Amino acid sequence: MTQAIATGDAGSAMRRVDGPDKVRGTARYAFEYPMKEPAYLHLVQSTITRGRVRAVHDGAALAVQGVLAVLSHTNATRIDPGDETELAVLQSDGVAYRGQPVAAVVAKTPEAAREAAALVGVDYDVYQHDVHLSAARTDLFAPDDTDTHQGDLEAAMAEADTVIDHVYSTPMQHNNPMEPHATIALWDGTSLILHESTQAVRMVHTTIASLFGLERDRVRVIAPYVGGGFGAKGPLHAPVVLACLAAMAVPGRPVKLAVTRRQMFTLVGYRSPTLQRVRLAADAQGRLSAVGDDVTAQSARFTQFVERAGDPSRMMYAAPNRRITHRLAALDTNAPTWMRAPGEAPGMFAPEVAMDELACALDIDPVELRLRNEPEVDPGTHKPFSSRTLAECMREGSRLFGWADRDPAPGVRRHDGWLVGTGMAASTYPALLMPGSSAEIRFEKGRYELRIGASDIGTGAWTVLGQLAAEALGVGVDAVRVHIGDSTLPAASLAGGSSGTVSWGTAITAAARAFREEHGDTPAPGARTTARGSDGADENYSAHSFGAQFAEVHVHADTGEVRVPRLLGVFSAGRIINPLTARSQFIGGMTMGVSMALHEHSVVDPRFGHVVTQDFADYHISVNADIGEIRAEWIDTPDYRANPTGAKGIGEIGITGTAAAVANAFHHATGVRVRDLPITVDAYLLGSRG
Amino acid sequence: MKPFDYQRAHDVAQAVATVAAEPGAVFLGGGTNLVDHLKLGITAPELLVDVTRLHLDEVEELGDGGVRIGAGVRNSDLAAHPLIRQRYPVLSEALLAGASGQLRNAATTGGNLLQRTRCVYFQDTTTPCNKREPGSGCSALGGYTRHHAIFGASEHCSATHPSDMAVAMLMLDAVVEVQGATGPRRVALADLHRLPGDRPQDDTILEHGDLITAVELPAAPIARRSRYRKVRDRASYAFALVSVAAAVEVADGRITEARLALGGVAHKPWRAERAESALRGAVADDEAFAAAAEAELARARPLEGNAVKLPLLRGAITAVLRDLCEEDSR
Repeated sequence: MTQAIATGDAGSAMRRVDGPDKVRGTARYAFEYPMKEPAYLHLVQSTITRGRVRAVHDGAALAVQGVLAVLSHTNATRIDPGDETELAVLQSDGVAYRGQPVAAVVAKTPEAAREAAALVGVDYDVYQHDVHLSAARTDLFAPDDTDTHQGDLEAAMAEADTVIDHVYSTPMQHNNPMEPHATIALWDGTSLILHESTQAVRMVHTTIASLFGLERDRVRVIAPYVGGGFGAKGPLHAPVVLACLAAMAVPGRPVKLAVTRRQMFTLVGYRSPTLQRVRLAADAQGRLSAVGDDVTAQSARFTQFVERAGDPSRMMYAAPNRRITHRLAALDTNAPTWMRAPGEAPGMFAPEVAMDELACALDIDPVELRLRNEPEVDPGTHKPFSSRTLAECMREGSRLFGWADRDPAPGVRRHDGWLVGTGMAASTYPALLMPGSSAEIRFEKGRYELRIGASDIGTGAWTVLGQLAAEALGVGVDAVRVHIGDSTLPAASLAGGSSGTVSWGTAITAAARAFREEHGDTPAPGARTTARGSDGADENYSAHSFGAQFAEVHVHADTGEVRVPRLLGVFSAGRIINPLTARSQFIGGMTMGVSMALHEHSVVDPRFGHVVTQDFADYHISVNADIGEIRAEWIDTPDYRANPTGAKGIGEIGITGTAAAVANAFHHATGVRVRDLPITVDAYLLGSRG
Repeated sequence: MKPFDYQRAHDVAQAVATVAAEPGAVFLGGGTNLVDHLKLGITAPELLVDVTRLHLDEVEELGDGGVRIGAGVRNSDLAAHPLIRQRYPVLSEALLAGASGQLRNAATTGGNLLQRTRCVYFQDTTTPCNKREPGSGCSALGGYTRHHAIFGASEHCSATHPSDMAVAMLMLDAVVEVQGATGPRRVALADLHRLPGDRPQDDTILEHGDLITAVELPAAPIARRSRYRKVRDRASYAFALVSVAAAVEVADGRITEARLALGGVAHKPWRAERAESALRGAVADDEAFAAAAEAELARARPLEGNAVKLPLLRGAITAVLRDLCEEDSR
């Protein structure tokens, strides 16, 4: 790692420019903006799972001192949700999931709003509900454009020396960024101002304008600091719409809404559980002749979301025969959404465990097995890879981890009462490039002002965007001031899909170059230039990041407790713009991967229809004590075929493959094969060896 | 949230009289559980009587080698106290295995004993729960029961008591000092908590207005070498799936005395008397430890969702006894 600290050049380990303000508590998050005479919003959520609201009794609530309004479908402003059915809040008497907002109280204090919300009476007609996901359901359906078939998988399975054919499962999981969703909405009768915790200023801006039939210049969205999102703050969910509806009910008063931690388990999406039937067929040397992944996931009855867990199996390993399918169950639940590496996180669990099973069956080293199946081109699209660096990542990872000395025999190492094992898995994530970002460079008071409506959700955008601008302008980073997180800035794509830095970066680079062409090296005060970024990736290439993860797992021989004392990830994600913030992203993803492997599980009680593990005592996320030595390294390989910045996304690849590496190490430690997450004490105590 | 009154009590008699006279009054200690309940709508008291300024925050050495712990002593302070660490290491370990540093700084000894179950249905006011709303039904039956009881449950409730501290204190034969409206009395900790039966709303035998003022730990030389082993679904900051508080004396390779209490398995801290009997006189080896666990587990009645607690308890008991006996033989 480079030792350079404060030069600020792209590629150098510059510290976060927003760090000191965050540590001092002066960086303002959405809910924290001081407001004159604010009002507070508290939600009334349905206690049924499917049915109709027959009546809303708001008399007792309205009688509470300080209450300004009680909203329900009977009086809320009508909006035009179009296809965004999740956002049709308080628009009808229908109840589509348990916990759906059916009313809301606006009051002068949060306490009054809360007290009054408890006094709102709701009468329902209750219908039967169904929230049970199973691959055996007869009403599963195939969403558009999510299946691919190449060759004849069944025939290849029948002819192969060795086959793997198992069903793997990943549970429902919930995004829980440090900062739950929050909004302040102010409607003055003609314009709407939103302080919003979002990954996508422009998406909020255009969606809200469209829902409420407002001209875009009558809506402003402000979000300079966001306390994480993991995908749940990409597309909009019900709370921001409720805040806007409430603001319209009390014109001139800013309305504040802070989603509670428990509401994070009902209102803002989740990762769908997946059931994956994975099939592999191989010859005696481990060369794959077929790869299959049949995915079953869930969506809401009122909208469609596909957890595309089959996607990585399309491009990961060479095989002439391939079958990737997705089937959905439409359930009486809220809609699933993006959660860090949607598709790839579950989609790099099941097949990567299956690869380990194949390695064991053939007595081939798991790294070697993967090397033998390296494709020359993307096996799904037959396009060349912009760069394919999995082999280098696995070799470097093997070297750093000490993989070469590994005894493959499972269940034979014991240390101080703990069974010890090691395992590995591959990682991948597509190198996405989102169209539609613009950036402006202004020269004022001897400094270059970079203006772009990007979002920093804690990843380091405040820092690296300044580095990219300084690099393109040929100046020191101190000469650049960054402005992001406001819809009045030039529009930018979302902070999601690991696409932010590269998508915004192409706009910043274009703006800087255009600025220099227009204004030269000694611009006049007030000089300004705006330019558009790339309008999408080069379609001639298949562009992905790659990585390899190695885990050491200890399992207590008496109690089955699982520990991960050592985790190594070696990644190749193009050019690394800032090693400090990049390392944080990789390690953060890997940590969330351990959490996925060992802990995260939203338990649905099908009788009631909702998640009953709705707090951090019951929905476990890894804590510090669960994370041992965690190390992320990378192979710095600029990839200018992927996009003009040479960088590829780093926000999500760290979570892909982690859970498989842990599960594979668990098998090596115990001899028990785990195909269902999370891996708890049950896996060893109730599992069977073999 | 319903408005309520708050009073800070300055002496024990006044605090007890105030709460006893007002059906809607409750004591407020560290607030680590009660405040959650206020927010969740589990309880809506009219009056909170703050008992953290009653000077019940001393740990005193008793003449006979025992220790008296004021009910207001914070969990962190108790865990760190030299007398506890020397004479009752199991208690220090149990406290440190619970909650988080911040919560232990706030939580009191009396409050820890009286914390309520974390059953997800008890905490979710949109679902029936006999403990929260007597007669409404038990949602855990046929529901999510990973953390529920395997001993002593009833058809009305299978919730578990969440305290780690209480498990260690039970193993130490602690006695609870209670001030009631009619005066002080002493209650064995073993008798403080109840099994649910048909009144799961009553966690303990205490009456409204009763205030725990202290916990007394009798002298127990056996406890100088004692252990608390907690197994949970993550490495820290989680309630026990099962826990074991244990102390043994070994002479010539045989167990002469054994004490064992279990957590996470019942509506109250569970004294494993059958296991204790099985251990007395047995050769101190894995076979005897497993046999002792089996003797206790013979009366276990697991639910569909918590059968893992049987092998888990067997493993945890075996592991902690092995540790203690190996240490003893050194």
